[in-house]
Amino acid sequence: MLRFLNYHRDLIALTAVLFGVAAVMLLLSPERFLTPNNLRSMAVQLPEIGILTLAMMVAMLHGGINLAVIGTANLTAIIAALVVHAVMPASGNEWVAAALGLSAGFAASLLVGLLSGILVGYVGVSSILTTLGTMTLVSGACVVITGGSTISRLPAPILVIGNGVLFGIPVPLCIFLLCGAGLSLILSRTVFGFSLYMLGTNSEATRYAGINNSRTLLGVYLLSSFLASIAGVIMMARFNSAKADYGQSYLLVTILAAVLGGTSATGGYGKVIGVIFAIIMLQMLASGLNLLGVDPFFAIAMWGTILLFVMTLNHFLRRRA
Amino acid sequence: MRKLLQRTEFFLVLLIVLIGIVFTLLNPKFATIGNLLDLIKSYSFFGILSVGVLVVLLSGGIDISFTAIAQVAEYVSVSWILAYGGNLGSAFLVACCTGTLLGLFNSLLIHFIRIPPIITTIGTLNLYYGVLYVLSAGQIIYQVPEFYRALSGATLPGSFPVLGVFWIGMVILTAWILKYTVLGRSIYALGGSQIASIRVGFNIFKTRLFVYSFMGFVSGFAAVVHTALVQSAIPNSIVGRELDVIAAVVLGGANIMGGSGSLLGTCLGVALLAMLGNGLTLIGMSSYWNNVMVGLVLLVGVTISAVQRNLQFRRRVTKLNA
Repeated sequence: MLRFLNYHRDLIALTAVLFGVAAVMLLLSPERFLTPNNLRSMAVQLPEIGILTLAMMVAMLHGGINLAVIGTANLTAIIAALVVHAVMPASGNEWVAAALGLSAGFAASLLVGLLSGILVGYVGVSSILTTLGTMTLVSGACVVITGGSTISRLPAPILVIGNGVLFGIPVPLCIFLLCGAGLSLILSRTVFGFSLYMLGTNSEATRYAGINNSRTLLGVYLLSSFLASIAGVIMMARFNSAKADYGQSYLLVTILAAVLGGTSATGGYGKVIGVIFAIIMLQMLASGLNLLGVDPFFAIAMWGTILLFVMTLNHFLRRRA
Repeated sequence: MRKLLQRTEFFLVLLIVLIGIVFTLLNPKFATIGNLLDLIKSYSFFGILSVGVLVVLLSGGIDISFTAIAQVAEYVSVSWILAYGGNLGSAFLVACCTGTLLGLFNSLLIHFIRIPPIITTIGTLNLYYGVLYVLSAGQIIYQVPEFYRALSGATLPGSFPVLGVFWIGMVILTAWILKYTVLGRSIYALGGSQIASIRVGFNIFKTRLFVYSFMGFVSGFAAVVHTALVQSAIPNSIVGRELDVIAAVVLGGANIMGGSGSLLGTCLGVALLAMLGNGLTLIGMSSYWNNVMVGLVLLVGVTISAVQRNLQFRRRVTKLNA
């Protein structure tokens, strides 16, 4: 029991803070915080940033970072929207157009992942530099493709992804939970997942153990891009449009949330469940403060404070252990 | 000759000359003195920040929060002058003090709590920026004191902009610190190997304290230049450009893992980005292409230096085996 507590102390600290935030919110505005309306609005906003954070976390597990997640998400949305608009008049079938559009979008994002993966895994460029480059390139490409304008009016099959409800749960939330479960399985039950954690801990050791580091790294960036593009599709469906600069302010927030969720910035450690907790906490804080009528920028300041607070707490917990 | 070919600066100069020739052929206006001086002026803010970022990268750290620091310093110093009066000197003093204090706070967190610098500074970026926005209520100050306008238009004989002189001054100051002081050498040592620098007897706490405070100081200094350039204080005009500045420094050959990089390279990196941005507009290409070009140059640049490093490593291994 004690060993269990000790092993999971980061997660326990996080859970404590999570309940603390929830308790404070409940105390401050009980009649508004626990209403179906508020819960629903939280459930709608949470998935996109949640999936983007999962995309960031995958890259952080190997000790790297993927700065291109937002750009990749937007690229997926833009390519998908353009293809939909191109195919629609010809085929006349919304479902065919949506399917073709989404496939094209995912293909584009996987190309970005392929580029990052090859540069990091096979050429040996550091992850932060590679993705700084791909981020700039991709976000530039998004602006060039759209000419800076918004592409709107998407067909119904796509809009369902953002606004539909499945068994009483908003579809984006279902997708988020699916992504979380899927990623968790990949990380804990596959050779790839195990190699990834080990690679993040000690890449020399995995190399001598006969693990193909380059291939693992390529997989990391493909997976990260894939997750990012799912978030892109959700954003596109929710806004009913695609644009080059959607979600730009999310980039640093995803790193913040991943680290808050216990992902190590130096690699090798991090669990999906921690990230999900962190996302829920950040969202509760933002929604709660919003309900209280506080300046939304106060939430940003609070996020920074909580990150520093949790890191400090973990530091002292670790020192005592 | 072989040595020269291995230096990033050499390639950068080559690239800059090449791009300069292409742009000039397409639009003769590009290579005019007026345009180049204009470029120096408008990129002085960016250039000053890049000097601070270089110092942080040299020490093996990274700072994301410097844009928020500059933002806070700008707002505080303009508000201070409007409230209590003052001249350019006091604007610099207030801005630099504010910046240094915020940088100091970063360094304490990084050193004592042992949070990786990238995470610490993402946290403080949110903190500083959020607090500034809440306290200022997002209010834009349009009426800045007259001396900012004077500073923006001021030139040396030969119409060299004074803002550019500030940039050069900051580069010279930093060059002196890095090259001729023990502190400067300790920054390189810390970035090269933390353990080695402790063993040699450097006080890495002092070094870290200096590095992040200096980044804060530079951000404060740059903030005044920024106010002069834009003639207003807008609470969200700087935050969001942090990765652009880091990209320029990295393009200039600084190693993101610390220990190596040069001021010359950093200035060339900024120059390259400035020329790309300005040149594309002058040859009538949409400015939309700017980021695509920067991204391509960045990717090609980091790929070349990685390949070079791999080749060197392989050469060394074969030598050892032989």
